[in-house]
Parts: sequence; structure tokens; C-alpha cells
Amino acid sequence: MSVAAPVRAAVPVVTETRPEPRSPARRRSPGAWWVYVALSVGLVFLVGPFLWMVASSVKTSAELHHVPPTWIPQTFTLDNYTTIFTKLNFPQYFVNSVIVATVVVASNLLFCSMIGYALAKLRFRGKSAVFLIVLATIMVPQTVYLVPLFVLMSNLGFVNSYPGLILPFAAQAFGVFLMRQFIQGIPDELLEAARMDGAGEFTIFWRVVLPLLGAPLATLGILIFLGSWNNFLWPLIIATSDQMYTLPVAVATFSIGQNAVDYGLLMAGSVVLIAPVLLVFLLLQRFVQQGIATTGLKG
Amino acid sequence: MSAQQALVARRGWLREALTGWLFSAPFLVIFLGFLALPILASFVLSFTDFSLGNLVDPLSARFVGLSNYAKLLHDPKFLQAALNTTIFVVFGTVLNLAVGLAAAVALNRGITRFRAVFRVGYYLPVVSSIVAIAVIWRFLFNADFGLVNGLLHAVGIKGPDWLANPTLAVGIIVALMVWRNFGNAMIIFLAGLQGIPNDLYEAARIDGANRWQEFRSITLPMLRSTMLFLTVLTTIGFLQVFEEPFVMTQGGPLNKTLPISMYVYQQGFNFFHQGYASAMAYTLFVVIAAITLIQFRLLRSET
Repeated sequence: MSVAAPVRAAVPVVTETRPEPRSPARRRSPGAWWVYVALSVGLVFLVGPFLWMVASSVKTSAELHHVPPTWIPQTFTLDNYTTIFTKLNFPQYFVNSVIVATVVVASNLLFCSMIGYALAKLRFRGKSAVFLIVLATIMVPQTVYLVPLFVLMSNLGFVNSYPGLILPFAAQAFGVFLMRQFIQGIPDELLEAARMDGAGEFTIFWRVVLPLLGAPLATLGILIFLGSWNNFLWPLIIATSDQMYTLPVAVATFSIGQNAVDYGLLMAGSVVLIAPVLLVFLLLQRFVQQGIATTGLKG
Repeated sequence: MSAQQALVARRGWLREALTGWLFSAPFLVIFLGFLALPILASFVLSFTDFSLGNLVDPLSARFVGLSNYAKLLHDPKFLQAALNTTIFVVFGTVLNLAVGLAAAVALNRGITRFRAVFRVGYYLPVVSSIVAIAVIWRFLFNADFGLVNGLLHAVGIKGPDWLANPTLAVGIIVALMVWRNFGNAMIIFLAGLQGIPNDLYEAARIDGANRWQEFRSITLPMLRSTMLFLTVLTTIGFLQVFEEPFVMTQGGPLNKTLPISMYVYQQGFNFFHQGYASAMAYTLFVVIAAITLIQFRLLRSET
């Protein structure tokens, strides 16, 4: 705010303000230290449970039940991980989660951008009706359609199967909204030029439109992946046998099972459930922000 | 335009329409079949006595008029669930916005360094599996060897059995909902804060306003639409709360933490009263739709 700077210089400095060498025009610094303290305390409360999870997952059963609890594991052990991956069915749950998330992400990327292209750039009767219907369902809670969806799945024979886990999430309304928004920002001249060169609509979509959608597709892909990986209620209903459990269903089922809860195994399972998402989030964070920034510029 | 030109134009138009529908078809087939159809079917189901026997022969369910809805009003467990959900939503939403706003203001104007660290740290729970987090919290609040009671023990206090006490259990679930979601509110508030022109603060400073006055008379009013948006978003999200009580308390003790979505689940998939469960789900839907409409009204009247 260079315009405001001279004005500010003329103002008598507020009593407790210390001069800030780096950015004198931007802000006062009083109380900054206690803001840092407050924010740091908050950070401890937010990150603490995650650290507790990791620490507990490498403790022995005896140490887990020790009073008072220890922070740093006294005897480091990977037994909990060995157990969930060899004695329990975690490799299967993990693979199920990966398969479901992969197919759900791929189908949304393809189908949402296809219909997004049609809604943004092609003229056809019924277009606005299609968009309105899709938009209207964004706010509908999952609870509303669980029961009929299960009836439908059981009549199609999809209970306890990959199609049953995947299909309800393979075409998500908010993806259409996002893709349509981005594709509208592509200049018409670009598409016209391709048409002049004799390219068909599919070629234009594949060769001209999709390559311009890198960041938006990454954004959509990450959002859909997070949703799919963490999804719980529907998989809980449709996966009726251990073989089809996804990771969240497995962890939840073990945590409320009949047997005594083994927190060592549960914490190891939670690490397996949380780690991939944190990895994706921390690695691709910048990409997501880039995508959001692009929308902001275009919108 | 000659007849031939008209024919060519018409063909071009037809082809474009055909292409449009072709591009839309894959999405629409899945979307209509597995989302739109079930949403409508749920409405129909709510007026029937659909139950386990009808699974193989859905059309044999009988229409029972409004009796499912009438039954809701006399079902003490549903009324308890509605009350619980209201408590979760009201306390959860207010706290979620308050904490989210406090964090956003602190990050935006309170500090100049390590912003990214705090932003990422506060956002971690938002992207993490709620099931895993609920399991961790249940462990933290375990009466015998949980961390919370361990810390209390260290200072000589005998900690309670948190999740076995109805009031404490409700409080912990609300706390967990806020803990997991305020990072999202914070990000949206941050975007709103960055839209406030700095000149306003400069002007206030010239007038000798202190920080609290700045917050009251500039920040809060300028964030009005952001707050409305977040209130509705959070309310809608919290009305559907499920995983937290499912993992931590299974709705107990004494159904005091049973939310509507979990009662729908029990009726629909444990007791197989699908007609009744649909009536419940649709009631929830109507509440959500009403809240959304009110939001649009408020936003429109403001601009």
C-alpha cells in the first residue's frame, strides 16, 4: 500500500508500537509475541494427536497401558504394523481403497471435463436444464439417498462389489461446476481456429481443451481423491464382507468390534489410513493453491 | 438464405446438439442413475412401509400415506436424535466460526512469520480421515490409559470416564467437530480478510481506533457475507454428523450422542425399516433446504 504510506508517516506513532524495519507501512507489531504463543499452543493441540498416534503405533502393548502414559516410546517396535499387514487383512483394505479412489478420480476427471466442455462451449437444447439439475443436487445430503441407493444396488447385484463402492461417486456434481467454470475461461478463438483446421469436436476436446486444463484437473483430482479416500458411510453400508472393506470401514469396524480394543493395532491402522492423504496434501498443496489462484484470476 | 444454405446450417446445428449430448452422456447416465433417481426414490419410499422383505421385490411395498412422518413425531428416540443434532449444530457452528475467525485474524494481521506453517498445520485435520481422528480422540480420552487422564494424573487429579458421561461425551464430540473443521473456516475467512481494503484500517488508525475497535467496526461488518456463507456451509455439514459419534460413543450413553444421520442408518440398515428411514432422511433434507433458502434470501437482501 504505497499510497497510504505517506499518510501513515504523518500519524503520531501509537504508544506501544515498535518500529518494524521490513515492512513499515503494513502493520503494527504490538502483542505479536503473545499471538505467536497463542498460535503455537493451538498448533500443539492440532498436531499433538497426530504425534500421539504415531508414537503409540510403535509402542508395545504393555507400554500402551502404562500409567502415566509415555510420550517417547521406551521400546520401539513395529509389531503393530507387522500384525495388521500379515495377520489382519490390511493389504486387502489398502488395495480396495486405492482401487476405488483411482477409478473414482479417473472417471470424474474425464466425465466432468467432458460435460463441462459441452455446457461451456457447445449449444444444444436442454443445456441449461441439465446444468440446473446437476447444480440442484450439490446440497443434497448423502443420508437422503442411502436407502434407495442400497435397494438399487441390491437389485443390480452390486452389493459388496467394486461397482457398488464406485458408481455412486463416479460422477460428482461439484466437478461439473468446477470444470464448466474453467472451460468458460478458454477463449473461443482457440476452438474456432481448430475448427477451421478441420478438427472434429473430440479432437478439439482432446488436443486443445484438455491440455489447457492441467491445474484445474489437478485441483479436481485432489479434492475427489481426498473425498474418496476418507469416505465412510456408503462403504460401511455397501461393503458387507471383510474382503470389500476400505481402510476407514476396517479401522472403524475394529474400533467398535466385540473384542477388547487393541489401540496399538488401531493406531497403526490409523497411520496407514492418514499417511497417504497427508503426503498428497503436503506434496501437492502448492498445486491446489495454483489452481485456486487461476480460478480467481479467471472468475 | 437459400434452401441449401439453410439445410447446411441446420445440419451444423444438429451436429453440435448431438455432440453436446454425447459429451454429456457418460456423466449424466451415472449421475441420473445413481444420484438423481435415488433422491427421487427416497421421497416415494418415505410414503411406503418398505422393509427387508421388499428388497428383492421393491414394487410390493404398500403406500401408507403420511404415517411414517406422523410416527416420527411420537418416536422418542427420533426426538432425542433431533435434539442431539441441534445441540451439535448450534454449539459446533458457533465455535467453529469463532475459532476459525480468531485463527484467520491472527494469521492475517497478528503475525508476519511462519504463516504457512500455521496455515498448513491448522488445515491438516481437515484433510485427514475423520474415522482415524475419531479413533485417536477416543484413545486420548480413554479413562484408564488415555493421554488426557494421564496428564491429569500427573498433576494429581483423577480424571473422569469422559465418554461414559453424557454431558462430557457431547462436549468432546462438539470439540472434535470444531477441531477437525475450523481450518476450513479459517481459510475462507482469510480469503475474506484479504478482500478488505487496507485503507479502511489506515483511516481508523488516523481516527485513533484501537485494535478491538478496528475489529468491531471494520473487520466484522466487512466479513458479513463470508460469515453467512460459512454459517450455512457449517450448519449443513454438521447436520449430517455421523462418524464422530459412530466411532467414539456409538450414540451412547443413553442415546445422548445419537445424531439423526446415525438413527437413519440404524433404522435403514440395522432394523431394515427403509420406509421409515427415508421419511427421517427427507425431514433432514427439508431442514437443510430451508436453511439454504434462508441463506440465499439473506445474501440477496444484503446486496
